[in-house]
Amino acid sequence: MSLNRRGFFKLLGVTGMTLAIGKNSVASPDSKNTVEFYGILYDATRCKGCRGCEFDCAEAHGFPEPLPTKKIATVRKTDESCNTVVNTYKTSKGEVFCKRQCMHCNEPACVAACLTQAMHKTKMGPVTWDGDKCMGCRYCMVSCPFDSPKFEFHSANPKIQKCDMCFERLKTGESPACAFNCPNEALLYGKRRDLIREARRRIYEKQDLYIDHIYGEHEAGGTGWLYLSPVPFNELGFNTNLQQSSYPALTKGFLYSVPTVFVLVPALLLGIHQATKGNQLNGEEEDE
Amino acid sequence: MNNSYQITTSQDGKSIWRFLVTELKPKGKFLTPFNLISIPIMILGLGLIVIRFWKGIGSITNLTQEIPWGLWIGFDVVTGVAFAGGAYVLTFMVYILNMRKYHSIVRVTVLNGFLAYVFYAGALLLDLGRPWHVINPIIGYGFGTSSVLFLVAWHFLLYMIAELIEFSPAIAEWLGARKARKILSGMTIAAVIFGITLSTLHQSGLGALYLMAKDKIHPLWYSEFIPIMFFVSSIFAGLSMVIFEGSISHKVFFKQISEKNHKAQNGIIHGLSKICAGAMFAYFFLQLLVFIHGQHWNLLGTPMGLWYLLEMLGFVLLPMILYFVSYRTNNITMIKVAAVITMLGVILNRLNVTVIGFRWDMAVRYVPSWMELVVTMAVIFTEIWIFRWVINRMPVLSDPPAWVNEPE
Repeated sequence: MSLNRRGFFKLLGVTGMTLAIGKNSVASPDSKNTVEFYGILYDATRCKGCRGCEFDCAEAHGFPEPLPTKKIATVRKTDESCNTVVNTYKTSKGEVFCKRQCMHCNEPACVAACLTQAMHKTKMGPVTWDGDKCMGCRYCMVSCPFDSPKFEFHSANPKIQKCDMCFERLKTGESPACAFNCPNEALLYGKRRDLIREARRRIYEKQDLYIDHIYGEHEAGGTGWLYLSPVPFNELGFNTNLQQSSYPALTKGFLYSVPTVFVLVPALLLGIHQATKGNQLNGEEEDE
Repeated sequence: MNNSYQITTSQDGKSIWRFLVTELKPKGKFLTPFNLISIPIMILGLGLIVIRFWKGIGSITNLTQEIPWGLWIGFDVVTGVAFAGGAYVLTFMVYILNMRKYHSIVRVTVLNGFLAYVFYAGALLLDLGRPWHVINPIIGYGFGTSSVLFLVAWHFLLYMIAELIEFSPAIAEWLGARKARKILSGMTIAAVIFGITLSTLHQSGLGALYLMAKDKIHPLWYSEFIPIMFFVSSIFAGLSMVIFEGSISHKVFFKQISEKNHKAQNGIIHGLSKICAGAMFAYFFLQLLVFIHGQHWNLLGTPMGLWYLLEMLGFVLLPMILYFVSYRTNNITMIKVAAVITMLGVILNRLNVTVIGFRWDMAVRYVPSWMELVVTMAVIFTEIWIFRWVINRMPVLSDPPAWVNEPE
């Protein structure tokens, strides 16, 4: 069979389509292996900055109660004893509040980074941490584009701390503590697919209220937490330059080369070794 | 001499245990300047390590939630392993290309490489928050095969074994174990081929570790080619270390080295300088290509851009030219100067990727604490102590015992 340029591209296209369709069918609802991630939609226009979610989160995870802060305080970050913070930002549309926590990426960098699979993307969506497996190397922290995992630097038996989307509660059919308790309905827990639909509906219905961007829909290959905002996201301290594809994809090329190197290099070395064996006779006899 | 107790033959009938006990005792003068400097630092370092395991990593390091890896990874592991690259390059030259000229320095280089891996993997344990779980990726309590660190961890382990096998004939000669030596030397070529393959992957793997930190590393140092850069630079990093270490060893362990090898030393250094120059040319060219494709001209005027230019021109281009010129003029002193500049450049490059350029935009920058520095120095000194102990006992720099060349 001869293959010209056009034929090649045709074949490539057909192969690509088959792969793409094949992939779709795996994720389609009637398939047995349905993977439907759950997530949370945060609407910054509804958040009143009461920080109730911080208290609920601390209670659910056994952390110390958050300290009271003035309404406009410096921008706080999550740390090893606090999985979520609500900050106040002065923006072009006045004060806007914004909640932060682990984003629960669809393809998390931390999970790809973990060499013991202690970081785990559960089938429901939350990214969880297993202390029995973790060796505390902190490669997850280096890799995470959102700096979500936090490490107990002042402990002899340190843990990695981050939002686990209240995975224990989810398993019993409840919703995460923050979303469950939010008095302003700023947090909505549900299937990620439905949340995106809902977010689009809100943007469509109130076009002057929202900017036309759902943060997390595509960032870092898609995240479990989705954000709606009245102002551009960089005003809320988000990195808007994050790549739209997944972070684990960055190391795929390297990792895929490993088997090839393991087959080709030894063969090549052995070949050169055999080929240069004659040199030994010509060279001076030193030892052996 | 040719009795059946081969282990005892070279020790005049002493039992192996008594032999080992006598060998454990220190040899030579004790109150040397090196000892006087290194002993207090090692003791202090040990004390700091105790505090670290008692109060946590944060008690003696300046690491933060944003900068989770500091000097211990960036220098001890990433830079140390680059310098240990001499072992795979030299075994490639001697055993694969059969360049006999370099045979006399293979053992000391392999020993250096082996000890470097043992100690830098050891330094890694200090940096692990939960080091008692270090065995998990080996025993499969979570095979994180999607992780570059998983690959690096396995490679460290396997490469240490490969280097131990490459070095083991020297141990057998020290113990006078003839049969064992014969078996172990027979394994050398397999260990070499395995070791070079592993090195190719984990030298580049150390760079690949940082691929996912795309938004955290300064764009002048981040590119998808970090793994290739790390691999190519490990060639001349390792060889420069061989030149540097060889020059010191030839002074410190003068008596152990045979007349013939003393004479050969300059020829070896001369030959290595050519390889370094070639590898550095390739590296410089690659860096140039990456820079042009990255289109970061606008960044050159910034402080980080000038820092980048200093690294590329002052610590890559300059030593490369020095290597070229001194190879042509056969200027051994200038080769050694070039080796030192190259090593500084490799330290600079690795630190720029892992520490200096990592989160360069943060308001509060990471600067290692003095305690991190002391622990790092303690690790290096301990390694040199072990190195010296081995050199003074095993036929590494000195010629192997006469029975090695005897016909059976």
